Amino acid sequence: MSARRRSPEELLEQAQAEEAFEKRGRLKVFLGYVSGVGKSFRMLDEGRRRKERGQDVVVGAIQQGSSHDVDAVLAKLEVIPLQNVAGVPVMDVQAILKRHPGVCLVDALAYDNPPGSPLRSRWQEVEQILNEGISVITAINIQYIDELRERVSQLTGKVVTQTVPRSFLYSADEIVVVDAPPDTILRVPDDGLGTGRANPQQKLSELREMALLLAADVVDKQLEAYLHRSGVSQSFSAQERIMICITPRANARPMIESGRRNADRFHCELTVAYVRQAELSRDDQAALERNLDFARAANARIEILDGEDPIATILSYAREHGITQIFVGHGAQEKWWERFTGTPLERLIRDANDIDLRVFPH
Amino acid sequence: MTDPTAKGKLKIYLGYAAGVGKTYQMLEEAREASRQGHDVVIGYFEPHARKDTIAKAEGLEFVPRRKVEYRGTTFEEMDTQAILARHPGMCVVDEFPHSNVPGSAHAKRWEDVEELLAAGIDVCTTMNIQHLESLNDQVWQITGVRVRETIPDWVLQQADQIVMVDLTPRALLNRLARGVVYSPEKAQKAIEHFFQESTLVALRELALRQTAHEIEIRQVDFDSPGFQMVPTEGEDTDRAPSVDRILIFVTSDPASAMLIRRGKRVADYLHADCFAVTVQGEGGQKLEDPPRVVERHLNFARDLHIETRVLEGDDIARTLVEFARLNGITHLFVARPTADQSKGLGKPLGRKNVLQDIVRQGRDMQVIIVADRSRPQQQ
Repeated sequence: MSARRRSPEELLEQAQAEEAFEKRGRLKVFLGYVSGVGKSFRMLDEGRRRKERGQDVVVGAIQQGSSHDVDAVLAKLEVIPLQNVAGVPVMDVQAILKRHPGVCLVDALAYDNPPGSPLRSRWQEVEQILNEGISVITAINIQYIDELRERVSQLTGKVVTQTVPRSFLYSADEIVVVDAPPDTILRVPDDGLGTGRANPQQKLSELREMALLLAADVVDKQLEAYLHRSGVSQSFSAQERIMICITPRANARPMIESGRRNADRFHCELTVAYVRQAELSRDDQAALERNLDFARAANARIEILDGEDPIATILSYAREHGITQIFVGHGAQEKWWERFTGTPLERLIRDANDIDLRVFPH
Repeated sequence: MTDPTAKGKLKIYLGYAAGVGKTYQMLEEAREASRQGHDVVIGYFEPHARKDTIAKAEGLEFVPRRKVEYRGTTFEEMDTQAILARHPGMCVVDEFPHSNVPGSAHAKRWEDVEELLAAGIDVCTTMNIQHLESLNDQVWQITGVRVRETIPDWVLQQADQIVMVDLTPRALLNRLARGVVYSPEKAQKAIEHFFQESTLVALRELALRQTAHEIEIRQVDFDSPGFQMVPTEGEDTDRAPSVDRILIFVTSDPASAMLIRRGKRVADYLHADCFAVTVQGEGGQKLEDPPRVVERHLNFARDLHIETRVLEGDDIARTLVEFARLNGITHLFVARPTADQSKGLGKPLGRKNVLQDIVRQGRDMQVIIVADRSRPQQQ
């Protein structure tokens, strides 16, 4: 790992991150991709085991009578009853905060409260509970993640209205995919698969893939946060990260198209970076804008970097962000290679020894 | 009941570290299958003295292990011939990546498993992500451990099912601390080395992504004739056959193995064709007699199911690039020479010039100069 000297600002930020981390309760999420994989049971069973090991565990919200297994575990746990608001059962947050357990189990994270409730959604209440230093174990199905809603509904033909933003899951300290291969899943009457035309097996496979990738993203954030808290700059990565370096004159379109396709295949982030050049001509400025438009259309993250030495600027950004592949174009100068040293591409090739470098036709 | 000539089905329980519960889950499902009347035997089982796991194996039929003497020590290996003679419907085989004692019929347990599958026996097996060949260099970077017992990616791709046995790193560390995984002394050692939280988190992420990838490539099979694909609206059009063709430039450079793994991994993700090529010529070496090191690298490529070629030509870069152009190659993978190698070659910067020439001549294709992942980064 690189032992970079850290600035006072960075050290302060690290200390603050550590402090915030210590104060907040821990969030653990059981993620399912279809009803019947047993995520509620796993959640409760973990609560039971923790209680047996001496932790102070209560159940904040659970759907009773969903299965015999669930009810059996539930009988061994302390339950804070749901309160009735205008005929709708709602988690009793005040009672939970007053009871102040070590761990609170909350099922159905995507649940929406009736109008007029202090907080619209259950995940916001969980946030509140976490902020009071109470750890939460919860369960959610992939179809209720806001950003995935559209893809899931295309797949299943079912539209869900209650959702949780993906960023909330990214804040989880632990995530578990409740995984079982599709053929062993207990089929329940309302398994959320709808009646679309796709083969149920295929739908399940795709949902399962989405759940695993979401969990991998959460895990990636954990790794990042962990390294950040420990004051270690990212030095290894379990995930591909692609960075495309463009200039006004670069033939950016094929690079960005290829980058997009690669990022889709690897399910990874795509960054398009431009190191600001002084005094661009009007034509160059327009060309740069066109290239950045391609990047925006490809849904890439755009970074405008400042630095006197473009190569060093690119490499330091890449290393700080765990980039694994840098895409560059061949230089525009006809005979860059004749100058044996000092050409930008040549220097990149020499210095990017820890990152794949992909050189594109100009 | 079933077609006796049909190949057995392979199911892999994939984990990211010892103690996540792969064997336990596999045995649980084996017991369930047995209860339902399937003919299940245990072909190999590594109890690691974990009480819960041993209990799960009770009541299942064991095929006795084969005792092998090697250099004065007795080893126990799976008795593949005995299993074939017994011919169960399903066989449980722990530790898929295991290397057999020298002198065994197969060098690797996964080759024994291939034999069982070929005989129509279903096999359930376990492995950790760090044993996957194409991740060998990344795992080396993350853990500092060079894993020797590896499984080629195509073996995994042939599996009918891959289940990820998941446990959060924190829960795993708790298990370790409670002595469930290893004896206390061994656990302490493990925590100091392999079982650091950041290492476990990174390995877990690799396993999650690999499992997702394995599911995705199996979905592509749904496109085959006889299966009606649902036309998907919007962005999801990346199911079209890939037009990418990847060429890996193999030399005597030890980094070639890393390069082959990397090129093949990218090829698998892009659904691209993949070739490995070496150029003979300098020093007048004959085609039939490539240097042994290069031959070893080419064999390694073939083991990973990569098509190989030996080209002849005095101008290495031009020979390579022309071959690439003729064969519609879109991506050319090359290694970067290290300073040491340049010295060792006795011609300072000799390789570097080849690299430069390739980059200069291959201006109509993507040239990928692959990172040196053959050593962990400096601490």
